[in-house]
Amino acid sequence: MSVVFTILQRDLLLAWRRTAQVLQPLAFFIVVTLLFPLGYTPELAQLRQIAPGVLWVAALLASMLALESLFRDDAADGTLEQFVLSGQPLAALLFGKTVAHWLLTGLPLAVVAPLIGVALGVPSAAMPGIICALCLGTVSLSLIGAIGAGLTLGVRRGGVLASLLTLPLAVPVLVFGARATELSIAGGSPAGALYLLAALMVLGLTLAPLAAAAAVRIGVE
Amino acid sequence: MYKDSNLAVSRWHVFRGERHVLRGLGFSLTAGRCLQLVGDNGSGKTTLLRSIAGLVPREEGELRWGDVPVDDFATLHAELAYLGHDPPLKADLSGRENVQFAVAVRGARSAATLTARVEAGLQRVGALGFCDRPVRTLSAGQRRRIAFAALRAFEVPLWLMDEPATHLDVVGCELLRQLIDEHLDAGGIVIAATHQDLGLAPHRLQRLALEEVRAS
Amino acid sequence: MDWTWFHKFGSPPHVYRLAGRLTPWFAWPAAITILIGLYGGLVLAPPDYQQGDGFRIIYVHAPSAWLSVMIYTTMASAAFVGLVWRMKVAHAVAASCAGIGAWFTAVSLVTGMLWGKPMWGTYWVWDPRLTAQLILLFLFFGYMALRAAIDDPSRADRASALLAVVGIVNVPIIRFSVDWWNSIHQAPSVMKLGRPTMPVDMLVPLLLMLLGFTLYFVAVLTIRLRAEVLRRERQASWLREVLD
Repeated sequence: MSVVFTILQRDLLLAWRRTAQVLQPLAFFIVVTLLFPLGYTPELAQLRQIAPGVLWVAALLASMLALESLFRDDAADGTLEQFVLSGQPLAALLFGKTVAHWLLTGLPLAVVAPLIGVALGVPSAAMPGIICALCLGTVSLSLIGAIGAGLTLGVRRGGVLASLLTLPLAVPVLVFGARATELSIAGGSPAGALYLLAALMVLGLTLAPLAAAAAVRIGVE
Repeated sequence: MYKDSNLAVSRWHVFRGERHVLRGLGFSLTAGRCLQLVGDNGSGKTTLLRSIAGLVPREEGELRWGDVPVDDFATLHAELAYLGHDPPLKADLSGRENVQFAVAVRGARSAATLTARVEAGLQRVGALGFCDRPVRTLSAGQRRRIAFAALRAFEVPLWLMDEPATHLDVVGCELLRQLIDEHLDAGGIVIAATHQDLGLAPHRLQRLALEEVRAS
Repeated sequence: MDWTWFHKFGSPPHVYRLAGRLTPWFAWPAAITILIGLYGGLVLAPPDYQQGDGFRIIYVHAPSAWLSVMIYTTMASAAFVGLVWRMKVAHAVAASCAGIGAWFTAVSLVTGMLWGKPMWGTYWVWDPRLTAQLILLFLFFGYMALRAAIDDPSRADRASALLAVVGIVNVPIIRFSVDWWNSIHQAPSVMKLGRPTMPVDMLVPLLLMLLGFTLYFVAVLTIRLRAEVLRRERQASWLREVLD
């Protein structure tokens, strides 16, 4: 367990020294969602209708964008190889990396969601549900993404390929997340959709690090 | 320290792509001995090191560590350190932080032993003067010294080194020789792919010349 | 336990010969079954009381949709065997499946759209089955893209195999989420026949087509597997003996 924290600490420290890179997916998320009023309509009542889809597709794309940086640097300088050889469970080390990655790229999306929501005409009563959904959903996206990033290690222009592999697998997250958001906006209870998102997250927490570890072992050869 | 260590490799076959890179290779090493791998580029030195580390799967062959056949490399990994062409260092961390994390990832016992091992390693390679600067600002030779410090701080019996003398000046090469010598003194085993004369006592050194496998 | 059969079964020369010998045993029955099924479906079966003759596209659509899922399962199972028991031939089977599977998924999508035109007045409706087929097509594409992107054949085998296994775990979840999504949004679904149970003269041709398509898949698989083994073993000495 302590190695998970070691990795977490290391990745957060590294991110702290390279803040600009870390903020890119967040900036992307904000810009994309704010382009919709310009491309569609400034009417808040109409924007409110498409807000769930906009928020979740943008979150999905931002996670895909962030994927590329998950293993890239560690693969390039040989650190990933040392992880494989560390004698510690690789799945645990990669889990630590994924948690750090989520804290840096997934959680901020949930944090800025209220601001985006205001711009899209979402009532403030809907915010707690939306934040919850984004928190749960982005964990799953980071976990699924770790598998995609592992599989495309060492592939030229692997970022695009990783997205192509990962997006179909992320469909359930999109469906449940958008539904929870929609219900929150309509004033209903998003509990059902949130439970499904939580179930996906638990499944992902259980299986994804193992799959990512297998992928990285193949990738570092 | 590692008196009982011994390593035996036999009938070692490795494919890369569709090519037979290593065929029917075998050697054995006991505590306190070093195997120097020599051979032209493409003769499979790196592949041999990586396959012993379990990074590259072998097609066939047996590896015995301490007289026990190794099937699951996870157990062997706790006993070996692999140093590749380029030192595995993070450019944005200082040399000391790099060594600390590298050792901690291998399962730190306590913070005190970790610090002691890291300090001893850094001191031994003469890196105390520059180890607090970001690795980004260090020269290639200095980076290699930081990597040696980590290697020493791992405290594992089996060292696998790929071209360890690259970027080292005369003083650095002498340091490398001393580090290997000390490791062998402690009963460790070293496999190094290098053409550099390691300057070890003859009774400690074995040489293995690799040749490119021709298609049959 | 004696594992020689396992190794013999997995050896490329054996698989190459076996696949070659099996091809006609599947190809001919496939051709006969499909011909009978088509005759039964297009001529003998009565028109549907709601959909008229339009329903007859089911005789191509349903078997293709069934095959697409079945082939993905076969591919993932072969990939799993290849990953766990390091059996190269299993990887070759998985690689051979991908193209066929993607093709039948595409056929089921196109026939589904053609069916939809007279029923819905439009080629595309977000029907849950069509949507799930579309995602399955992307899963096949992802598998093939990953395989093509990795140069080292052994790494490509294992990475794509892992993807297939991850995919098969996800397929039921995707299916569920799409059904759930659809049940909320109430898209029309006419891709089922009006009556709860199909009359025998409609059902028998459909079952024949399902059988025929499955046999056809196995026949094509044996041919593609031979090609795959040839490609992989192009430097092996046994090939010269076989080909001379």
